[in-house]
Amino acid sequence: MDKAELQEKVCSILAEQLAIPVEKVTPEARFSEDLDADSLDLVEAVLALEEEFGVSIPEEEMEGVKTVGQAVDLVATKLGADA
Amino acid sequence: MGEERVALVTGASRGIGRAAGLALARAGSPVAFGYRSDPVNAEEAAAKVAAEGGRAMAVPIDVADEASVAAAFDRVEAGLGPVRVLVNNAGFSRDGLAVKYPTGAWDDTMDVNLRGAFLCSRRALAGMLRARWGRIVSVASVAALRGNAGQIAYSASKSGLLGLTRSLAREVGGRGITANAVCPGYVETAMTEATRQDNVRRYLDVTPAGRAGTPEEIAAVIAFLASPEASYVNGAVVPVDGGMTA
Repeated sequence: MDKAELQEKVCSILAEQLAIPVEKVTPEARFSEDLDADSLDLVEAVLALEEEFGVSIPEEEMEGVKTVGQAVDLVATKLGADA
Repeated sequence: MGEERVALVTGASRGIGRAAGLALARAGSPVAFGYRSDPVNAEEAAAKVAAEGGRAMAVPIDVADEASVAAAFDRVEAGLGPVRVLVNNAGFSRDGLAVKYPTGAWDDTMDVNLRGAFLCSRRALAGMLRARWGRIVSVASVAALRGNAGQIAYSASKSGLLGLTRSLAREVGGRGITANAVCPGYVETAMTEATRQDNVRRYLDVTPAGRAGTPEEIAAVIAFLASPEASYVNGAVVPVDGGMTA
């Protein structure tokens, strides 16, 4: 899976999880300010990403993730590391 | 058949846990009877459910051990389905006055009563969040509500369990998940067998009911809190103590 495909997949999962239109889920979008996601929404999104991609994302690695793009990067790193 | 709400009860080979498992089964849940050291009685309880036409299994689980908790949930999910009802019942009690209380007994008490409830709740929550439905019922004690001379560790751990319950209730209450606690008074079980007779007399003297409770009387409240009908009860601490703390 290349980065564009990965981004598309992550965005669609996030859109579904946060119950928002996928067009709003851009790489620049900030979870709390732009997408109105609270901390539990984020944890649920991470659970969904973990399940979809078969990766494990510890809590301390979630902390720096403020935007959709950062979430995509984190999953990409995980897939690279876990591959 | 409606959606089955699989229940896992820890410490369910006897006493309150066993009675809770049987009550949940009679309310229609497939039930996993968790045990640490007594497979025979846990299997017997599961067989009793099966004989009454329900689905049940016995599953080994040492709640203080993360790997054991993970393995137990995996087995229950494979055997019965995703866990939607968790009863944190496994408990450890050793009485002793604070000034001489052994550090190891303190650690054992916290490991089972508090860390165990945390580990099981955390593991259960992922699936409950996905399902947007879940029930966590923790078995605390009247010792969580009142201090009790000779029960420093037990009382502290059970008070902690109420904090866990209330914080969970706030965290996940918006997702169709509830977390509640029951506080049994004096109930005659294997765990309270070691209670000294003068202490038993003292408990009963301050209990308006004038008698010990039965595991079934605690189980009935647990089963209610675990039911769909209890959907608006969240973060509640329910004494089931014959009036002892009234």
